Amino acid sequence: MAIRADQIQGNVSRRTFLAGSAGATLVMGLGVVLPGCSREEAAIDMAIDAASRSFAPTVWFEIGSDGGILINVAKAEMGQHVGTALARVIADELGADWDDIDIKYVDSDPKWGYMITGASWSVFTTFTMLSQAGAAGRTILCDAGAALLGVDPADCTVEGSNVAANGKQVSFAEIVRKGDISRTFSEEELGALPLKPASERRYIGQTTQALDIPAKATGQAVYGLDVELPGMVFAHPMIPPTRYGSTIKSIDDTAARGIPGYLQTLALTDPSEVLQGWAVVIAEDYPSAMKAAKAVAVDWEPGPTANVSEADILAEGAKLAADKSSGVLFVDDGDVVAARADAATTHSAIYRTGTVLHFTLEPANAVVEFVDGKCHIHSGNQWQSLILPTLAKSLGMEEADITIHQYYLGGGFGRRLWGDPMIPAALAAQQLNKPVKIVFQRADDSRFDCVRSASVQQFDASFDMGGALTGIEHAAAAGWATLAMAPFFMLDGIDGKGKFHGFEINGADHWYTLQNHRVRTINNELAQRTFLPGWLRSVGPGWIGWGVESFMDELAGITGEDPIEFRLARLDASGKNAGNVPESVGGATRLAAVLRDVRDRSGWGRELPDGEGFGVAVCGGQERAMPTWIACVAHVAVDVESKSVKVKKIWQSIDCGTVVHPDGAMAQAEGATLWGVSLALHEGTTFKDGQVVDRNLDTYTPLRMADVPELDIKFMDSTEFPTGLGEPPVVPVAPAIGNAIYVASGIRVRDLPIRLS
Amino acid sequence: MIEFELNGESVTSASEADTPLLWVVRDELKLKGTKYGCGIAMCGACTVHIDGVATRSCITPLSSVAGHAVTTIEGLASDAGKALQKAWVDEQVPQCGYCQSGQIMQAAGFLENNPSPTDEQITAAMNGILCRCMAYTRIHKAIKTAAGGEGA
Repeated sequence: MAIRADQIQGNVSRRTFLAGSAGATLVMGLGVVLPGCSREEAAIDMAIDAASRSFAPTVWFEIGSDGGILINVAKAEMGQHVGTALARVIADELGADWDDIDIKYVDSDPKWGYMITGASWSVFTTFTMLSQAGAAGRTILCDAGAALLGVDPADCTVEGSNVAANGKQVSFAEIVRKGDISRTFSEEELGALPLKPASERRYIGQTTQALDIPAKATGQAVYGLDVELPGMVFAHPMIPPTRYGSTIKSIDDTAARGIPGYLQTLALTDPSEVLQGWAVVIAEDYPSAMKAAKAVAVDWEPGPTANVSEADILAEGAKLAADKSSGVLFVDDGDVVAARADAATTHSAIYRTGTVLHFTLEPANAVVEFVDGKCHIHSGNQWQSLILPTLAKSLGMEEADITIHQYYLGGGFGRRLWGDPMIPAALAAQQLNKPVKIVFQRADDSRFDCVRSASVQQFDASFDMGGALTGIEHAAAAGWATLAMAPFFMLDGIDGKGKFHGFEINGADHWYTLQNHRVRTINNELAQRTFLPGWLRSVGPGWIGWGVESFMDELAGITGEDPIEFRLARLDASGKNAGNVPESVGGATRLAAVLRDVRDRSGWGRELPDGEGFGVAVCGGQERAMPTWIACVAHVAVDVESKSVKVKKIWQSIDCGTVVHPDGAMAQAEGATLWGVSLALHEGTTFKDGQVVDRNLDTYTPLRMADVPELDIKFMDSTEFPTGLGEPPVVPVAPAIGNAIYVASGIRVRDLPIRLS
Repeated sequence: MIEFELNGESVTSASEADTPLLWVVRDELKLKGTKYGCGIAMCGACTVHIDGVATRSCITPLSSVAGHAVTTIEGLASDAGKALQKAWVDEQVPQCGYCQSGQIMQAAGFLENNPSPTDEQITAAMNGILCRCMAYTRIHKAIKTAAGGEGA
């Protein structure tokens, strides 16, 4: 299938706002009227039938006769309190009382348009639409309220779910009960609606409590793993020795047959070829399935990558990075070849990162049933629109006959962008003709993870006679998630030599002004053949930034400049770094501003005890088109004898424009900062014999409470356009720690996770 | 059939004696607040109280709770437990929320025995419970709030 960027970004053409009364409920939505329908027909359809096929709303809310406002959220809730943030935007423009607001996470009905929650896009891509929808709703309620009050709408104020004028007021609830409302706004009319200035906002940027939290403090929140359907059986995966190309030679379940509850073992044939050489053990209950899975012997013919190791993957990456003819050009400013030829001195370095698991605490799971020829899948997911075509292929069904029902996600971090755990449950349910629940045990979840690929980056810098930096050539090689799972996203490289995606190279096009700068992005084909590369929280910048910001420090050391001054000198906002309206107003000056802020707040440059050091790093967010400006300082203590690193404190200064949900934003920044520490020092695995070695917490060791450093995180005051936040604060932490280690010990670390040996 | 007390009520389970308590509670007795995370007692998402002691239910065989009192997040009614749940909302602790039943059950068991803990004691008591969203600073703060407030 093809998708367009504008579908994801929400800039759908011909948007219309509809409002219609249905009994005692007022339904409002902003979206696209489907071909063959008039706006008026669509408004009636929407009001009488929520599953209308004449209208595809991307924002949709309804006001009941009791004044309750239900806002539908087509995003995945995985800890970022996204529903609360999006609802705040609508509530603010609508003039609603926050206590009236409730939210609902919707299923994958095609009317919702393209469904994805990722890349820290949610607020950025929907802010304008949500604001306009709220403003349109306010206009309609204001006009209807004014009519009931017998006043001019121009004299009315709309606040706290009331329309008021001249000392009289009428509530939204009364308007809904009394009014028979049917209105539409065209794209042009929507664009002309006045939006509230930042000074008049009551909710955006103000403290609130996230709507999903109470249920999560009482055990009442329902996750995919909690779903049960009548008559369902349990499936336990039998995962082949290689991701690709394994075949089952035989299955012997003799030893399992005596286990009470064991039913059978199914070999799965998957026309989509996502599953290759798979089987599932079926049992009446999950404990029996676990027992039986141990007793069933599957004999596989392993695929061709059965002997691949982490060292093989890194060696391939290093070879590719060094080969100047490999990969696709992503940046080519000036002439790095000439700069190199004219260089008085040069400096090169290789930065690497190891394999990382998502390790969502809720393991992979799905419940699937077929009802009247339709397939219903119950599973928390971030990118329903990506997996639906694959499910359709696996099941031999039309996409329209498959619905994914949404639940809370027990962690996403990018793992649940790809819904492949649904496939074995769906195939088994189809084969058995009964509902099937699949649950992955932790080790199986790790083996089936779409891991963050190991990576290799090579940097080659040139200096002139005066010792000034003249150019940087940068090559980055890794397994590519986008190529594996969303190839239709890929773009042409600037040299026309092939396709790539920014998810695997963003961050290399940083905001430093460099006269000569070239970046090649290279697919590590051995990685690609061995495992399914995935997007992990902070995606490309998460590992690209490790190289870029550590190497900047090396360069500052060579030129003898302070690392912050060295950076500031290159954050001059000239040329392409000047920024664009609205998303990157100010350009690199905003990165310079956060860098100065973190310098001053951390007391950069002050005297520290022996064995301690400060390190700095910056980050321009997930992509240049949506920059989040962050500067980070890490304070570490290094004990060279015991080869140990202690992170004492981390400062972050963050400018993400307008902060919609400040406490939620702070929670995301805290978690992301600690993710940065964890990825720097605590977690990572390796491939051995074609599989990840570390599969559970006995050897895979994410950061724990005792490892938490002091955090000092500040959001810059801003009323600029809101950008993404869930991921970017991960990015600068590891290089800030690495740079601090160098100051503290003289050891330059170039591999993640950091090991002082 | 194995009998035990669950959240104050007498219950019986027809599961095999070696079945982990976690799955008995979740799938047979239908209380889904207790979560499965790692299956080897190293994440703590499955933490329940057995006779008031915080215990990892994923490695606890059903037979070992025969005649004992099991409390899950659904039945948490102690003063410390209630104070923790309030603090969890006040401090806006949960992100994805999946580990939070285990966090709260661990903290409740801990505060029963140590109503006025130091920062270090809180960290030591909670270090075994993984929060993958890494909401650790808020978990720590909420326990401190609950300990300092009413009912702890």
